[in-house]
Amino acid sequence: MSEKILEVKNLEVSFRTYAGISHAVRGVDFYLNRGETLAIVGESGCGKTVTSKAIMGLLPESNTEIRKGEGSAILFHGDNLLDYNEKQMSQIRGSKISMIFQDPMTSLNPTMKIGDQIMESILIHQDISKAEARNQALEMLKLVKIPNAEERMKQYPFEFSGGMRQRAMIAVALACKPEILIADEPTTALDVTIQAQIMELIGSLQKELKMAVILVTHDLGVVASVADRIQVMYAGKIVERGVVDEIFYKPSHPYTRALLNSVPKIHTNNKETLYSLKGTPPDLINPPAGCSFAPRCEYGMMVCRKRYPDITRFSDSQECSCWLYHPKADTAGLPEDMIRRRAR
Amino acid sequence: MAERQVLIEVKDLKKYFKVGKNAVLKAVDGVNFKIYKGETLGLVGESGCGKTTCGKTVMGLYEATGGQVIFDGTDIHSLNRREKKEFTKRAQIIFQDPYSSLNPRMTVGDIIGEGIDIHGLCHGKEREEKIHELLELVGLNREHASRFPHEFSGGQRQRIGIARALAIEPEFIVCDEPISALDVSIQAQVVNLLIELQQKKNLTYLFIAHDLSMVKHISDRVGVMYLGNMVEFASSDELYAEPLHPYTTALMSAIPIPDPDAEKEKKRIPIEGEIPSPINPKPGCRFAARCRYATDQCRQETPELAEVKPDHFVACHRTMELNK
Repeated sequence: MSEKILEVKNLEVSFRTYAGISHAVRGVDFYLNRGETLAIVGESGCGKTVTSKAIMGLLPESNTEIRKGEGSAILFHGDNLLDYNEKQMSQIRGSKISMIFQDPMTSLNPTMKIGDQIMESILIHQDISKAEARNQALEMLKLVKIPNAEERMKQYPFEFSGGMRQRAMIAVALACKPEILIADEPTTALDVTIQAQIMELIGSLQKELKMAVILVTHDLGVVASVADRIQVMYAGKIVERGVVDEIFYKPSHPYTRALLNSVPKIHTNNKETLYSLKGTPPDLINPPAGCSFAPRCEYGMMVCRKRYPDITRFSDSQECSCWLYHPKADTAGLPEDMIRRRAR
Repeated sequence: MAERQVLIEVKDLKKYFKVGKNAVLKAVDGVNFKIYKGETLGLVGESGCGKTTCGKTVMGLYEATGGQVIFDGTDIHSLNRREKKEFTKRAQIIFQDPYSSLNPRMTVGDIIGEGIDIHGLCHGKEREEKIHELLELVGLNREHASRFPHEFSGGQRQRIGIARALAIEPEFIVCDEPISALDVSIQAQVVNLLIELQQKKNLTYLFIAHDLSMVKHISDRVGVMYLGNMVEFASSDELYAEPLHPYTTALMSAIPIPDPDAEKEKKRIPIEGEIPSPINPKPGCRFAARCRYATDQCRQETPELAEVKPDHFVACHRTMELNK
């Protein structure tokens, strides 16, 4: 039986900006099982990175408001991380939960040797000698398949190529064998052939270390090959979730469907008009009252703009927040497969 | 099919950069291709393969180290100032980064109107009318003319960039990664716009991108570059259905497909390592060091781009035996 190691309950994050309070994450619930890969998919500004940084406790305190109480919690093995102070958090961060970022150039320290950066995270979390830490760091570099690991230990990030830096960052993140790895767009800055190498590496390390991965990305192609479950975010909320086959073959939310349709397929005809969403995501300083996707949705109804839709469940794993699946919704003009799935 | 008219012919184009004593970075090293009127030629490759440099040299933004770019009969690198200005009226470029390619201190109207002013196409009311027309053509409002770039989102800025390129009614546009900075749903909007404009105005595009599926979607023919060389060149359908060069095959197999079943069945052909440095490259096939079929011949002789099938060119010594 799968064991829940992380549970996020009603997470709400807002930022104080000059223009007003921006509600970046507006009530997000999800869980993570040991060893699985959960993908969070969405476009820029949908709150996927903010969600993962909130789990890591990495959001700047000066302008961030994370709601506490009233059922809001981030439970890691049952302990609420939102109640942890900085000292407690730093014991979790890097040892139990690690994160890798999109841009390896800005997240590695340019003035520190790669070896020292890996050793740093080992020495902070484990009570071992420097020599032992060095050995472990070397092992890590070999594990992420960096050739000439001995010499590479003594080099600085600028001497590494993009793909190598990402490998080095993975080595730093995994040095303490965390239970959860949060990978925030780990391959977006990389070329496809390198991307494939890195995704394969993350997959094999995941099996070896039995860790759970939260993959944050906008690239549906990457998700298809690695994810177990997917949740789609839009404007700070999860609009649909399901296991990978459900999301790809039976997408229910109009936004998920639009996302899937707007990527060209290698096997389809050229120059056909791509399905494209009109408009842009809403401003989160004054988020719309109802469904935030309604203004861009081709099936949008009156009720969509007024009230946020209830959750419709299609299976044990798949659910979606959309009024179209309400028994009273108007079905005129809806695609066949959507009508068939409505509650009766 | 009617006889296709060649708009641009690139002959043995070379662009080297000096990067220190005795070190030459060969960004583009002997590339040949033709672009026909009204078509979209895609140029793909990984970062550092020279595709952007190639695009900028074709536009005359870089001085070519060697070779020719023949635009409608004349070599653009031999033009004098006046002729060059004439050329820029017929060819334009759209840049990758919609944030750094628009002057933040100019209004959108002036950004779009700059080309019109330089070429003295129209003035006063007529100019204003033209700018409004362009804004509407790319899906923005006429009210946007008085605003500044920072007030727009990435997708909207890219539209401004497109409107600026279209302002002087060029025949040819180099699109240098026009969508890679944009979100998926916005990418589709911009690509649809580019295709629609092409059909309306009979434009010719050189479309540079690393997103292979998008390039396939928009292009008629596609060239694959690797470390400054063109390794394969074919119609986009053929290239994707039947890649012949070992690098192209590996590249195609690395494209993630947004379809879990197809992903499971797909066999990825791994390439070891990463792109080597383009500084003082070794003789022979540039891909030899990473190619699993490489022989001694590959390491010594640079393969020429040869037509192995009608309109399908490959630069590989072993194409024939490998693809029997």
